[in-house]
Amino acid sequence: MNLLLCGVNHKTAPVALREKLACLIPDVRSAYDHLKSWPEVSESLLYTTCNRVEVICVSEAPDEAATRVREFFACHPEIAPGDLDESFYIHRDQAAVQHFFRVAASLDSMVVGEPQILGQVKQAYREATEHRATGPILNRLVHKAFSVAKRVRGETGIGDHAVSVSYVAVTLAKKIFGELTGKNVLLLGAGEMAELALEHLKGQGVGNITVANRTLERGVKLAKRFGGEAVSLEEIPDQLLSADILISSTGAGDVLITRDQVKGVMRRRKQRPLFLIDIAVPRNLDPGINDLDNVYLYNIDDLKEVVEQGWQRRHHEAGKAERLVAAETLKFLHWLETLEVYPTIIALKDKAEVICQAELKKTLSQLGPLSPEQRQALEVLTGSITQKLLHDPIIFLKRNRRPRRPHQELDLVRRLFNLDPDRNGDYHEKK
Amino acid sequence: MHNLFLYLTLIAYFGATGLWLAYFLAQRESYYRAGTWVMAGGLVVHTLALIQGVWSIGSLPAATFGQALLLFAWALVAAFLLLIWRSPIKVLGALVAPLAALMVSGALILPQPHGTVSPLLKGFWLTVHICLTLLGYAALALACLGGILYLIQERQIKGKQFGFFYRRLPSLSQLDTLNYWCLTIGFPLLTAGIISGSLYAQHTLGRFWSWDPKEILTLIAWLIYAVLLHERLAVGWRGRRAALLAICGFLVLVCTFVGANLWLTGYHSFAGFIKTP
Repeated sequence: MNLLLCGVNHKTAPVALREKLACLIPDVRSAYDHLKSWPEVSESLLYTTCNRVEVICVSEAPDEAATRVREFFACHPEIAPGDLDESFYIHRDQAAVQHFFRVAASLDSMVVGEPQILGQVKQAYREATEHRATGPILNRLVHKAFSVAKRVRGETGIGDHAVSVSYVAVTLAKKIFGELTGKNVLLLGAGEMAELALEHLKGQGVGNITVANRTLERGVKLAKRFGGEAVSLEEIPDQLLSADILISSTGAGDVLITRDQVKGVMRRRKQRPLFLIDIAVPRNLDPGINDLDNVYLYNIDDLKEVVEQGWQRRHHEAGKAERLVAAETLKFLHWLETLEVYPTIIALKDKAEVICQAELKKTLSQLGPLSPEQRQALEVLTGSITQKLLHDPIIFLKRNRRPRRPHQELDLVRRLFNLDPDRNGDYHEKK
Repeated sequence: MHNLFLYLTLIAYFGATGLWLAYFLAQRESYYRAGTWVMAGGLVVHTLALIQGVWSIGSLPAATFGQALLLFAWALVAAFLLLIWRSPIKVLGALVAPLAALMVSGALILPQPHGTVSPLLKGFWLTVHICLTLLGYAALALACLGGILYLIQERQIKGKQFGFFYRRLPSLSQLDTLNYWCLTIGFPLLTAGIISGSLYAQHTLGRFWSWDPKEILTLIAWLIYAVLLHERLAVGWRGRRAALLAICGFLVLVCTFVGANLWLTGYHSFAGFIKTP
């Protein structure tokens, strides 16, 4: 049996194609009905995110299965047959396992280390189990992938470094204030990036939100969205007294708050820390403000610099994560190999059981009436003889899980005990 | 027996040092938990060693510099364990554990003069004086260590360089709160220590204050802390200035503790406490 993973992702397919493919999936039921109807595929899992549409399946005939998946992808009316030529990739066995682990651990993501992907895969797996599309191999693979993702998150710093401006602003605020609950936020101007940062801050449970904007109307609109209040630009000096975090993004083009202003305010604030973020270009806040004690001023370039550092660190950590994934992939493949011997062991035991029963039946009919004790003794006798005879071949199979030529040895055992009677080889003397 | 306990203490403190440093580098909760337990175990053995010392000489063993170091190390570890029970500043352990380990090693390495202890050093009030002062020192030492961490972290944030320390150190506000708590506990203890000492001096020597070098330096440190506490409460000083003053104050205290004993002479000097037969 083979593992097969195929699909398209953000590296191979443009967003237009991914969008169209993602439209295939909203109806999960019919997708799985489709997948399950193929005789080549015994287990399957389908997952889509904004960056990928992939199918992983277990198949005895991987080539045919891959063609089927491709046809399934191409059946969308808006997809031209040539669209998939460049973007459709097929991974087999080791490459498939590794790819799946990398996806779950967020190493294959557009934003490496972003945490959402794991949740999306979990959701997809839940749907697959609801439709009974997975089996022992995929179940194990998926659970292993979850544990790999958890280890990657815990043992490497891949998720530790902020990689967006608004997220950097929040982590910085936490390093200054500890907890953000109850901290007041003052917004100067109502830019898009300020809104994004505000959304992040709101998620941390900040206190009052105040929006100061040149056009009061727009300020009121934004304040309403976040449950805050709007003030005019003239009220800024008073507002500075109660604010803890200030985000400035006006297009004023000149300095709105000077160093001396802040210095005076700090005395009246009893030196409570003040975190100022100036994402406006040209800057709204006097750069000299950063020299004051207990005041921390960051402009857009500073934040971008932090984002850049975060990226570099993430990529560095991703190297560690790749090594971890590679090691876990080998472990999983090893398990998969041991899986192959079990059908043979079961066949062996079944065959012995059948012979036992047949011979017992024959003997019992010849011996005439026996007491239940005698009958049981005979059963135990035959059972233990076959068990002891089979013991060594089974141990041989289990211990030789990784011989140089696993399939040959497995084949030898099957031939030795004639476990596949329909197979007519020249080794088998025809009677 | 006494030394056996001390060696066990030393092993525990060095073990805790390793675990805390590992925690600081790897940021894994398990290391920090193990470090706390090893340190607490060390404190228990350390306490046994001190009890044994009290048992054998009949008063608090504080007659030599080594013995005083042992007492101070005990107070520091006890104060730290009390602190992390209530506060999230765990990385402080990476500074406290090695400090305690070094002080206990110092106590074991320094010569231990034999002889009769001056009768001046036996007495209930003197024990109270030593205990209060050392507990005050311990709290103020934590304020100083917290201040060092604050300055490092503030430098990272102000300088916009987010390196090794930025991720590992706690937030500025937590470090500043540590400074405040340690100060509000350490300062009254130090004050009470000074008052009990001067009462004892009046009782035995007939004067409250003798302007001995240790007393002068302690007074300077006390004034620094008094200014800091006053400004904190009245004007709202915090952050960098508070951290700097806490460090300065403790450096003066270290001078009184080490300097006054080793290089200066006066009736507080350890040299006068033991009369060699």
